[in-house]
Amino acid sequence: MPIWLDDFLWTYQNVVYALGVNGLLGLSMYVVLSVGQLSLGQAAFMGLGAYSSALLTLKLHLPFAIVLPASTIAPVLFALAIGTPTLRLSGVYLAIATIGLGEVLRAAYLNIDYVGGALGISGIPERAGVVSIYSLLILALLGFWLIGRSAIGRAMEAIREDEVAAATMGVNVARYRLGALLTSAVLAGLAGALSAHVSSFIGPNEYGFEPAVTILSYALLGGIGSPFAPVIGAWILTLLPEMLRGFADLRLVFNGVIIVLAVLYLPNGILPWTMRRRAA
Amino acid sequence: MLAQQLTNGVLLGSTYALFALGFTLMFGVLRVVNLTYGFYFSAGAFVALFLTRNVGWPIWAALPAAAVAVGAIAVVLDWLLLARLRRINAPELSSLMVTLGAVLALYAGMTAWLGPDIRRLPAEVLGGEAMIFGPLRITNAQILVLIATGVMVTALLALMRLTPIGLALRAMAENPDAAGLMGINTGRLAALVSFICGTLAGAGGVLIGLNFNAIQPYMGEAMMLRGFVVIIIGGLGDIRGALIAGVLLGVIEVLTAGYVSSGLKEAVAFAILVVVLWTRPSGLFGRTQIRRA
Repeated sequence: MPIWLDDFLWTYQNVVYALGVNGLLGLSMYVVLSVGQLSLGQAAFMGLGAYSSALLTLKLHLPFAIVLPASTIAPVLFALAIGTPTLRLSGVYLAIATIGLGEVLRAAYLNIDYVGGALGISGIPERAGVVSIYSLLILALLGFWLIGRSAIGRAMEAIREDEVAAATMGVNVARYRLGALLTSAVLAGLAGALSAHVSSFIGPNEYGFEPAVTILSYALLGGIGSPFAPVIGAWILTLLPEMLRGFADLRLVFNGVIIVLAVLYLPNGILPWTMRRRAA
Repeated sequence: MLAQQLTNGVLLGSTYALFALGFTLMFGVLRVVNLTYGFYFSAGAFVALFLTRNVGWPIWAALPAAAVAVGAIAVVLDWLLLARLRRINAPELSSLMVTLGAVLALYAGMTAWLGPDIRRLPAEVLGGEAMIFGPLRITNAQILVLIATGVMVTALLALMRLTPIGLALRAMAENPDAAGLMGINTGRLAALVSFICGTLAGAGGVLIGLNFNAIQPYMGEAMMLRGFVVIIIGGLGDIRGALIAGVLLGVIEVLTAGYVSSGLKEAVAFAILVVVLWTRPSGLFGRTQIRRA
């Protein structure tokens, strides 16, 4: 590796990690939005992945090859508990229950001494890196690209556009929705485990309301026309605050305003191009 | 001990009911889940803090002033964020997302402006000895809670049930397009509902600020969890359900904190929410219509 590249990676290591992790989070938002639902539990799922993986590494000394897949278990269980009843109702219920989940888990992490309370968990060994993060991101992108072009992608789009018509055409709406939510929980859990194992510290306040809304802003800025759009949205919103360091306090204000403007004036995001699909 | 806990629980719960009432009213009449609602709560507490601390008003004057000020803020925010979406008949989730983005910007802006520290109301505001009724000890703040929630809830129920405005509001809740065709000015009513909801949330913020004496920009976010639990237990859009569920939640929280652990009260509230969603999604009182997907 040339020295300048080595220097660059060393200096901007955290940004490089954050771009990969946030890309995964953007995708985890994308998959729920693409069946016309709104889940605000991505940050909570990520926190569950981060906490469970950190505990598995530190308390049980398991190898990362086991920890990483195991980090998806807790988010999937919570997604099942919340998703199964709410996905049968109007979309408002899932959104409300998932915002509530983030707030509850924050309070739980703060009050359970076993997971470090307000101090969080520190001293997590650095087991993940550029290779693991980006290979997962590429795999996920590839997977969504292929799914998007298949009959499954067509069914998901049909549900998003008109769920009654989709159901009439024989699409099992409830199953697709639950599948999308569980996929999103898996991705967010993996992102949480990866970020915990590159940053050595996790705390109860990292997975609350603000990151939940920020993750939504990734997908709304990019749009959900193709799986690349939310990743690019995530990258823009991760890089911008790095370049505008002086306005650090206003970063969240900016993310919030992005959402407002995107919903009111740019409902398809800044990358509205959709995937081509062969006729059935 | 139990009697005291129950009293505290009912008084805390009546504040939750007051708060959730506006939230559920907004959903019932305007059909939006307006998440800026949590910001109204924080804003109410800060306006009252400013009036009592910097201007020197007594709390009984600061409370209604804060409520009215927040009501005005709510009208402006509704007009900026939601009026357009209502006009184009946007899907429910759009309004949820817009207000979510807006509330993050508002909280973050408020934190940047006022700082993240916990602030306290001046000591003389809470003043006076607690009153003793047999085994019960009731503070002045709790008496204010009781009076304020009593007055506001009675006024709202009277407005909804006894006046032509209430009739128009109920018509709008039933079917906004038909209400418009019948000559009801739905735009103006939407502003009125926003104002009422703003005053309810603002007053809730002042009362909770008074009860726990801790005021902080993100306090509304923690409160929204209670709001969600109350409106889902009570049934989305159901006013009476929200009142009962609010009081119930207050009692459960106080009992959990008193007999189990104060760290578990959020978890208990949320567990109830999940159980209700699994078993009775239309709320414990089951009067609201559920729109199934």
